[in-house]
Amino acid sequence: MTTISTTPAPAPTPSIRRRVAAWLHGHRHVRLGLILALPLTWLVVVYLGSLFVLFLNAFWTTDPFTSLVVREFTLDNFVDLFTTEVYRAVTFRTVGMAALVTATCFVFAYPIAFYMAKVASPRTRGILAVAVLMPLWASYLIKAYAWRLILSDNGVLDWALAPFGLSGPGFGEVAVWLTFTYLWLPFMILPIYAGLERIPASLLEASADLGGRGWMTFRRVILPMSIPAVVAGSIFTFSLTLGDYIVPGLLSTTQFIGNVIVINVAQDLPFAAAFSLVPLAIILVYLFFARRLGAFESF
Amino acid sequence: MQAGRLGRIALRVATGLVLAFIYIPLSLVIIYAFNESGTSAWPPSGFTMRWVGEALGNSGLQQAFLTSVVIALGATVVAMFLGALASLAVGRYSFFGRESISFVIILAIALPGVVTGMALSTTFASLGLPLGFFAIVVAHATFCIVLVYNNAIARLRRVSRSYEEASADLGADAFQTFRHVTFPTLRSALIAGGLLAFALSFDEVIVTIFMAGGVKTLPIWIFQSFRLANQVPLVNVAGLAAILLSVIPVYLATRLSGGVIGSRG
Repeated sequence: MTTISTTPAPAPTPSIRRRVAAWLHGHRHVRLGLILALPLTWLVVVYLGSLFVLFLNAFWTTDPFTSLVVREFTLDNFVDLFTTEVYRAVTFRTVGMAALVTATCFVFAYPIAFYMAKVASPRTRGILAVAVLMPLWASYLIKAYAWRLILSDNGVLDWALAPFGLSGPGFGEVAVWLTFTYLWLPFMILPIYAGLERIPASLLEASADLGGRGWMTFRRVILPMSIPAVVAGSIFTFSLTLGDYIVPGLLSTTQFIGNVIVINVAQDLPFAAAFSLVPLAIILVYLFFARRLGAFESF
Repeated sequence: MQAGRLGRIALRVATGLVLAFIYIPLSLVIIYAFNESGTSAWPPSGFTMRWVGEALGNSGLQQAFLTSVVIALGATVVAMFLGALASLAVGRYSFFGRESISFVIILAIALPGVVTGMALSTTFASLGLPLGFFAIVVAHATFCIVLVYNNAIARLRRVSRSYEEASADLGADAFQTFRHVTFPTLRSALIAGGLLAFALSFDEVIVTIFMAGGVKTLPIWIFQSFRLANQVPLVNVAGLAAILLSVIPVYLATRLSGGVIGSRG
């Protein structure tokens, strides 16, 4: 005969910790408040607060004689920004470059992401995923510098093209475009790969059962379903290009938004602040639409 | 999926080309680190360990390397702490403004570095806080939170809340449930996020330049060396070190979580 021990567990001594825990259990809001206090303070005070300071600065001016910031409300910076031909040209050039880089990254990224997610064996897929992810932050500066090595006079590209009587594009906007594409490509491949991998095989089978051939299934099922992932990737490729000033400085003499901002930081901070609101506004609009397209669930 | 035979071949070729595109420039830096001539002319003139030796003996480079490691560690610790808390709040509670928290966290990395850098450095200046070491850690931690947060939130979404409820039903108090149930499920996601945060902080240059105030991190040392003809050969060696130190954490992170830009738990 088996005896089932029915001795009750000894009543827990109501230690202070236990009592605090019990009290917290009943007070959900306090618990949440404790958890949220630090990250919220950091994000709101440090981050949003700083952005607000930047915003305020944009409405101030610099005294041309003393180079000191005059804290009086004015829209002069924005008038300058929108009426000066050079700044408009710089803005359009930068947005155009960001769009071009994003498009190029998409064209390069989709086939490899598709191959990884839907064609390769699980083993190959794992190796490829690591191969793409590893150089993600493998020194941004060194990657840009590598393109300087490639594109310089008598560099690798000139050497490789010489037998055909050609030479590389040298430094300039093409070099900037190539380098940006190179730098941000993994940011596009990885979300697309993750997005494609999430598409259940049963959907593709259903499409096949309904008569969808390979191409039809791709166009009508896979491509639409991977849009959020593409948009998620494009946030990085677009935004990172929009504010970058180091790559244009290293590989061209052309000015982009980032260059103009950096040049003005020391001399005319309010103007630099006003100009930096341009990429800020563009990105906010971009993020707004990206969220509606479901990109935030695709990181 | 049934990709046609031709389609498969095309995809394979495209994959190979993209991999070549990714890895050829990185390999070049490694080759140049051992190039005798020390210029960018191709092909290399011969093999030498001279630059490696000089780089190892260069005190500025050593100092910059150490500074970067310490800053990255500091930023990682802060980001892991804040990211874990934020993910617990968003992943386990519903409250007003919950969606906005994810938005602000993503904004911190989605905004161009020049905007973040200028905003933070202007604020530090207006508050009379000094730029430098501490300022860099604050800035890095801010945009590194997202990596920890994304990893942790993906994990929390995947692991059912019923484990925590079971723990509470079995008599564990809130602290015990956290220590024995919630934290162990999160641990590897947090470590993976932390490794990615380390790699990002170690590599970041744009925001860092705004916050540095004279402090030299490894990327700043590299950036300044581009203009110093006698240090250019050392840049390749520093690049080799930088590549290794940002590749290793990312590799470990993928082992831990299979994460994609710190997602997918």
